[in-house]
Amino acid sequence: MPANRHNGFTDLGIGVGLRVPHYSHILGRKPAVDWFEIISENFMIDAGRPLRTLDLILEQYAVVQHGVSMYLGSPRLNRDHLKRLKQLVRRTKTPFVSDHLCWGSVDGSYSHDLLPLPYTFAAARHVAARVREARDILEVPVIVENVSSYAEFHASEMSEWEFLAEVVERADCGMLLDVNNIYVSSRNHNFDPFDYLNGVPLERVGQVHIAGHTKFERYILDTHDHPVLPTVWRLYAHVVSRIGPVNTLLEWDARIPPFEEVHREALKARRFLRDLETQRSENRKSAQTVTA
Amino acid sequence: MFSAVSRPLTPAQRMNPRWGNGRRTADVAASFIKPNDRLTSFDRLEIYNRQYWFRLLDCLYDDFPGLRAVIGEKKFTAMSETYLTRYPSSSFTLRNLGSRLEKFLREEPRWARPRTALALDMVRFEWAKIIAFDGGARPIVTIDDLLGRDPSRLRLKLQPYVTPLELGYPLDDFSIALRQRDDDGPQAGNAASTGRASKSGRTVRLPRPERVYLAVHRLENVVYYKRLDASAYAVLCALRGGATLAKASERANDAESLRRWFEMWMKLGWFCR
Ligand SMILES: [Fe+2]
Repeated sequence: MPANRHNGFTDLGIGVGLRVPHYSHILGRKPAVDWFEIISENFMIDAGRPLRTLDLILEQYAVVQHGVSMYLGSPRLNRDHLKRLKQLVRRTKTPFVSDHLCWGSVDGSYSHDLLPLPYTFAAARHVAARVREARDILEVPVIVENVSSYAEFHASEMSEWEFLAEVVERADCGMLLDVNNIYVSSRNHNFDPFDYLNGVPLERVGQVHIAGHTKFERYILDTHDHPVLPTVWRLYAHVVSRIGPVNTLLEWDARIPPFEEVHREALKARRFLRDLETQRSENRKSAQTVTA
Repeated sequence: MFSAVSRPLTPAQRMNPRWGNGRRTADVAASFIKPNDRLTSFDRLEIYNRQYWFRLLDCLYDDFPGLRAVIGEKKFTAMSETYLTRYPSSSFTLRNLGSRLEKFLREEPRWARPRTALALDMVRFEWAKIIAFDGGARPIVTIDDLLGRDPSRLRLKLQPYVTPLELGYPLDDFSIALRQRDDDGPQAGNAASTGRASKSGRTVRLPRPERVYLAVHRLENVVYYKRLDASAYAVLCALRGGATLAKASERANDAESLRRWFEMWMKLGWFCR
């Protein structure tokens, strides 16, 4: 199940988001990391050191592009943005591209934030058409990521997971399921995160994000500055138990600790994959016993 | 929602309770955002309003450490708010957030006062650093490309990442003294911010007036500031302005210096097709 048409039939393993403070460690020590995810926008430039660093990383590692400003829910896609994104796709040979189920720009002004959409059928149709458009231009699969949100709209006609399902079915695309974002939103909007997981077409998961967050008194903020919390690991384990091992990536964006610490945190995901393996072999054994 | 998210915060960094034309922001928020058991519609909208400003202010803060030092931290923040309100980001990348800051300071010199000249020099210098960091590079013109060409018709283009500057202050030295943390360039992220992390704040004495000519450029992906002779600067500016090689060369004092400069500029790969 994990390698599918939505993620370019990749089975990448457990990766880490590539961040500037880790460049020298990675290039100097060449740690054994399954793959790196880059923020596309940091490399959608004409020249200079970031691209040179990226080329060195590309010589040794698999790299997947993750974007933060395609704004699939905004009125229209920015053609210049897509052109630059495609140049980068050619450079990295990313098997797929991900971006968020959100909007963030209007009339040429950019918020640089991942703003939530009203969960309406009209919005789902709009986003799905943009996903198809981006995929046609980029010529690689485009998968959409659920965002953390802090507001819900009166205009919404369905739950977030119904909306995500509606979008990906209409666009016939995959999902980058961020289980931390699901947890953050579940606390901010009082829903059961397992309802979310059971309500989306998990066979369309191309990748999973795990991350840490910050709890405030009245809400949770998606800060990516902590280790992954046990409740988020439970959601991850649930996804893996349903679909098997999947491209997994840890995001750590602020108060970034040394590389080894971040990598160690990501590799905790292996425990759940091992549990899954044990569970599966036990199931096989008991099935054999029953047949015998 | 965009206009709500991008409205300036109050001095206490909260969402402005007044919307304008007699309306309350709380009513506007309630008209499209649901409350929950812990947060009102206003509270929920405010999270986005604050995130917007924290993110953008942080970006300008990191991109213009010199300007911050010149006009002062508090004034810099207030200026940034006014600037971003007049010129919201029009690019998908935060890298371009400060692209109109010089224009803004010329339109609104009150933000640069009393060190107006220094502030304007600084904003040009810091924008040139951003250009030098990741600006485009075109195929280099080699000596072979120039052989047999007529200087009275030859026009040389300067690499897009090279910016010649005439400054009233030695901002290269000042900038080197200021630089502690920001040699990694602008970065986009996708996480929320809880506000600015405290940065080490060693004070550096502001520079005294001194006429300097510089080219802000990069070599092997490192940004450098190269001091220029006044007439070397004039030659470069003439070339950049589209003058022929012969015409631009008239700005040099003597043929020997001109020959030395060109040898160096060619070696640095500053001319492109
Ligand atoms: Fe994520």
